[in-house]
Amino acid sequence: MKHISWPWRITFGYMTIMLLLPIAALLLSASTKGFAEFWRIATSPIAIAAYDVTFITALLAAGLNGIFGTLIAWVLVRYEFPFKRIVDATIDLPFALPTAVAGLSLATVYSENGWIGSLLAPLGIKIAFTRLGVWVAMLFISLPFVVRTLQPVLREIEPEIEECAWCLGASKSQTFWRVLLPQMISPILIGVALGFSRAVGEYGSIVIVASNIPFKDLIAPVLVFQRLEQYDYYGATVIGTVLLVVSLLILLAINLLQTWGRRYA
Amino acid sequence: MHEVNQDRSNLAIYHHQKQIDWGKIIAIAVAIVYLGLVLLIPAINVFFQAFRKGIAPFLHNLAEPAFLHAVTLTVIVAAIVIPINTVFGLCAAWAIARDKIPGRTLITSVIDLPFSVSPVVAGLAIVLLYGRNGWFASILDFANIKVIFALPGIVIATLFITLPFVARSVIPVLEETGADQEEAAKTLGATDWQIFWRVTLPNIRWGLLYGLILTNARAMGEFGAVAVVSGNIIRKTQTLPLFVEEAYKQYQTQAAFSAAVLLSCLGVVTLVLKEILERKTKIEDLR
Repeated sequence: MKHISWPWRITFGYMTIMLLLPIAALLLSASTKGFAEFWRIATSPIAIAAYDVTFITALLAAGLNGIFGTLIAWVLVRYEFPFKRIVDATIDLPFALPTAVAGLSLATVYSENGWIGSLLAPLGIKIAFTRLGVWVAMLFISLPFVVRTLQPVLREIEPEIEECAWCLGASKSQTFWRVLLPQMISPILIGVALGFSRAVGEYGSIVIVASNIPFKDLIAPVLVFQRLEQYDYYGATVIGTVLLVVSLLILLAINLLQTWGRRYA
Repeated sequence: MHEVNQDRSNLAIYHHQKQIDWGKIIAIAVAIVYLGLVLLIPAINVFFQAFRKGIAPFLHNLAEPAFLHAVTLTVIVAAIVIPINTVFGLCAAWAIARDKIPGRTLITSVIDLPFSVSPVVAGLAIVLLYGRNGWFASILDFANIKVIFALPGIVIATLFITLPFVARSVIPVLEETGADQEEAAKTLGATDWQIFWRVTLPNIRWGLLYGLILTNARAMGEFGAVAVVSGNIIRKTQTLPLFVEEAYKQYQTQAAFSAAVLLSCLGVVTLVLKEILERKTKIEDLR
């Protein structure tokens, strides 16, 4: 065997202790009581309701950010307007702002007497402490992903290609649907998948903005936390394993999308 | 005939531009309204709520012992985590960019795992390793070291969450600069250590700083993973983000927002430095 350099040894050692060992502990602990017991807890009504809130809401949030993220990326790359640099920088706010702060502020702004919540309350729409609040927190947390994956791709698209399409007689909408969108679709999907993955795992902002009541707005990560608080380690491990497997599947999907995107380009 | 055509096309361009202008204004307006509702209004609200009753109650909240303890603990955790993950990040980045071995794409994906694993799941996995009934429970008992519900647990959880940032920021810079200068230094007789300090480090300094800033922001702001392992014991294992949640739950909204302002300032400083460094290094955003 070839000599392995010191940086590689440190990298392998550290990754094994810090990343692989905890994940192995999780998976092995989940398998201690057999498949039937695992399945019973993983598909218990309270867990199913939590997956429903987590995954469907995350999908709706990532999807809406797919649409608005595309628009924002387009506006930031193609148009000039005052304070553009500042707007561009604020996109990264969800990365920089601690999630506890985000949750605290969203819970206040979208509560019945908050700045935005008070406008919606007369219409009978409650956001904070409902499933809609979970959705708003997920919108916040997953906003940057589509914008930041699409922006570099849009910058690379040369205006000549669009001019070419015009010269060849394509209308504006044809140019958009047939020339621009096919190049944008893969980064948009990657951005949506990244946002979805982040929204599914999010804990900090949602635990504050939601009421965390089972069958109403309890998300899976909070369920894991509650199980741990009740010293139900196995119950926590089972739900945690389901979440881990889902995030690994999303990671795989993102990698496949990236390969597919490269083939298209 | 030619002139007429010219006029017509000018007219067409004129009309066209006029149409685009409307589309453009609507697009910009919709984008900014959306950003306002989701990002900006909540961000501004933090400062508004904290200073609603003037600066005196804000300063009073900042003098609370529980708050001061939370700040101290947060700074201690960051001060331990940042050096460790910097050393690892530099090793991993150098190995991946320079010492190419088979399977390194897979290794890069593994380094990215903390981005996709839920922080709560990360915390749970750490509890299963170091907790009372965990894999290492007997060893830790024997050595009389308490990890979970104590400082080491918080540090381990934060190490896990912030593991990828330095490596991820340095790899593109290392790949960009190439190994030529390092090889030149080697042929001139420099030792590996000298090459690192005098050639590699100066080349990657902005990328490294970028990684450090992201690591710091995440280390000080991490909530989910730390909440699981810390037990949230006031004045013992309560970090600043945990303090914010606890104060809010106890209906001490003012105290919560005072602490939140501090964390928001950290966020704003992070954004500004990030912007400056991105222009210096031209690294594409991490995620």
